[in-house]
Amino acid sequence: MASQKPYSFVLVGVGGQGTLLASNILAEVGLAAGFDVKKSEVHGMAQRGGSVASHVRWHPEKVFSPLVGLGEADILLSFEKVEALRFAEFLRRGGTAVVNDMAIVPITVSSGSATYPGDEDLAKVFASLDAELVMVPGERLAQEAGNVKAANVVLLGAVSKLLPLPEETWWECLAQRVPKKFLELNRVAFASGRAAVATTPATQA
Amino acid sequence: MKRVLSGNEAIARGAWEAGVHVAAAYPGTPSTEILEELSRFPRVYCEWSTNEKVALDVAIGAAYAGRRAIAAMKHVGLNVAADSFFYASSTGAEAGLVIVSADDPSMHSSQNEQDNRRFAQFARVPCLEPSDSQECKDFTIAAFELSELFDTPVLLRTTTRTNHSATPVELGERTERPPKREKFPRDPAKYVMIPAHARRRHPVVEQRVRDIAAWAEKSPLNRIEWRGRKVGVVTAGVAYQYAREVLPTASVLKLGMVYPLPEQLIRTFAAGVERVVVVEELDPVLEEELRLLGIPCEGKSIFPLCGELDPTVVRKNAAAAGLPVDKPPVELTELPRPELPARPPVLCAGCPHRGVFQLLSKKKVAVTGDIGCYTLGLLPPLSAIHTCGCMGAGIGVAHGAAKAGIGERMVAVIGDSTFYHAGLSALANIAYNRANVLTVILDNRSTAMTGHQPNPGTGFTLQQQATEVIELEPLVRALGIHHVATIDAYDVDGLEKAYKDLMSHEEPAVLVARRECALLPEARRRWVPLHVVEEKCTGCGICFRIGCPAILKSEEMDEKSRKPLALIDPAQCTGCEVCSQLCPHDAIPNRDQIRLAEEHQPATFSTPVTGGS
Repeated sequence: MASQKPYSFVLVGVGGQGTLLASNILAEVGLAAGFDVKKSEVHGMAQRGGSVASHVRWHPEKVFSPLVGLGEADILLSFEKVEALRFAEFLRRGGTAVVNDMAIVPITVSSGSATYPGDEDLAKVFASLDAELVMVPGERLAQEAGNVKAANVVLLGAVSKLLPLPEETWWECLAQRVPKKFLELNRVAFASGRAAVATTPATQA
Repeated sequence: MKRVLSGNEAIARGAWEAGVHVAAAYPGTPSTEILEELSRFPRVYCEWSTNEKVALDVAIGAAYAGRRAIAAMKHVGLNVAADSFFYASSTGAEAGLVIVSADDPSMHSSQNEQDNRRFAQFARVPCLEPSDSQECKDFTIAAFELSELFDTPVLLRTTTRTNHSATPVELGERTERPPKREKFPRDPAKYVMIPAHARRRHPVVEQRVRDIAAWAEKSPLNRIEWRGRKVGVVTAGVAYQYAREVLPTASVLKLGMVYPLPEQLIRTFAAGVERVVVVEELDPVLEEELRLLGIPCEGKSIFPLCGELDPTVVRKNAAAAGLPVDKPPVELTELPRPELPARPPVLCAGCPHRGVFQLLSKKKVAVTGDIGCYTLGLLPPLSAIHTCGCMGAGIGVAHGAAKAGIGERMVAVIGDSTFYHAGLSALANIAYNRANVLTVILDNRSTAMTGHQPNPGTGFTLQQQATEVIELEPLVRALGIHHVATIDAYDVDGLEKAYKDLMSHEEPAVLVARRECALLPEARRRWVPLHVVEEKCTGCGICFRIGCPAILKSEEMDEKSRKPLALIDPAQCTGCEVCSQLCPHDAIPNRDQIRLAEEHQPATFSTPVTGGS
């Protein structure tokens, strides 16, 4: 593994979106690929609709800090658009933001005391970091695969495309985590996430 | 075999491998998963005790009986259990006794960030502090061994970052520990802490601390990692990881045991480096100990005392202090970002507490709160809770205000699990001393905040055994409270009627507002999303004032009022009907009306959506 470089990921979203499962799988993929790994998460009150974040780190030799420093994530994977903006400072200059094209309107917006930012803000913020912005229609692709709840697997598929690991490593870890009867559905969801990265114009940015 | 385990899973695994017989806890973030995980292993009795003190007494009893035992709690749980923690220090036990305290720097889910290493010093109990999941497992096993070697309870102190981080762990097998005793010990000089016995035990305990400190000099729990000699870092717990990342060239004294400390090892280390720097989260516990030894060092002059450390903070502060950091702190770009909408935790759509807080908000009464999901009743627009200190505090605080002669009726709200935890004795006090407080027990049939653990009101135990339900109403009446009503928490009018009746007496009163948490599987199966009939909605905004995340402001405006109409998000709405009952324009049909309408025009309405599996 000496030739491999370390990776840091920050996964963010809203409680209940499946970020925890995705970060578990990401940690297991790193371990299976021969990295030392650490994963850290903040839940607590997240189940009640708050923001959630998990940090995952891979290192060819040894991971020390379980937390990613500000400006040090290679990939920011956001399950929700405003959360991508909220946690943008974790992304390193020149990193990649994989953002689910999904808005979950916070109560502060629905009650009229705040406004939900527009998609152009995403483009602006990540451009200012010289970062690549990959928008993935997670829910739509998951729906097409057969269940909207597989959006997290779609997003993992997208992330997998950005990393130099064999697809089988991902799939083996994923297969251990999903119920047997949903195996095929998740395979389709994962593949559609991978395909989305290649075909999304934003990757040209 | 290596598996990626959270710190909590690793502690459970370690306890199991160590041959633990009995485990007890009360749920509390970030410690909850320890018992949840351990309860799945064979040959371990696990329970949710009614509170942390009881949990610790249970573990102590098992250890007196010669069986290895563990009690787990969040940091403030040890406040509740403190009395037991101290006597256990005095008595020791017959078999290994380990207490896990999961501290919460930065208060991700707590009311304070107390540093429970202080409790170890205070009660003369040795304290181990793991820095990753492998150590969580290894130190749990070591804690049992240490406990038996020195006849002492052992505190395993973790922090949220170790509890909720996952790292690879080498799994081992369980070593069965046959019970050390057939019969319960009859040894009053050791186990009956009357003053005469306690006086003889105190010097024993003090000698024990000295013996453990001597043992710590050679223990592999503490180690020196010699690197460069310019800077020597003294550290423990997760702070070790940040120090290693940020100061890769520094020598490190890693303390696995943070109390008592190995004096000679520390002196050797300090003598071998030019500059001693203590990297620790929260209180300057190690720094103070070093200063007491007369060792010049820096610590809180460089790193913050408040809040959790992370690599960003450690690197920035270390660099500013001229320490040899791995790389310069990242220059952060000013992001061209609009002001972002906050996403505070809220009472969920369908939360059975909403109706009660709607009522209390409308009545503008003074409400003393407690710890649980329902603490969120403090948030606008409900803004209906005025105090919250710790588990069980609300009822006593209301009583105190009432007895002090405050010129208004006090209302105390408390959840079912919190009531069994520490509310019961406070309500007994109200009954005994007769304050005119209305206590509202928000009975959602679950310990919801920490992830739906069972409690004495649910009829089953942690290990899925059926058990007696402790019924609230007969219990409350037996205390001598005569004004007691039980109302479906979704029944808006019913709550108000009962409230008025109970408040009409100048006596202690209890309102049980009962409805299971909407997120429980059996409740999810009954979800039916409601909708707004646009033609009837006037944009009056009454439904916006209950703070339901499923009720949105539509882009459609009412023609007369020029105010936005209400819109219900069918993906979130559970069909609790609180908004439907409050709507003065009948613009939100209830379930019966939806059903009737569907029977006549099946195509008009969306089909009911069932919740998750």
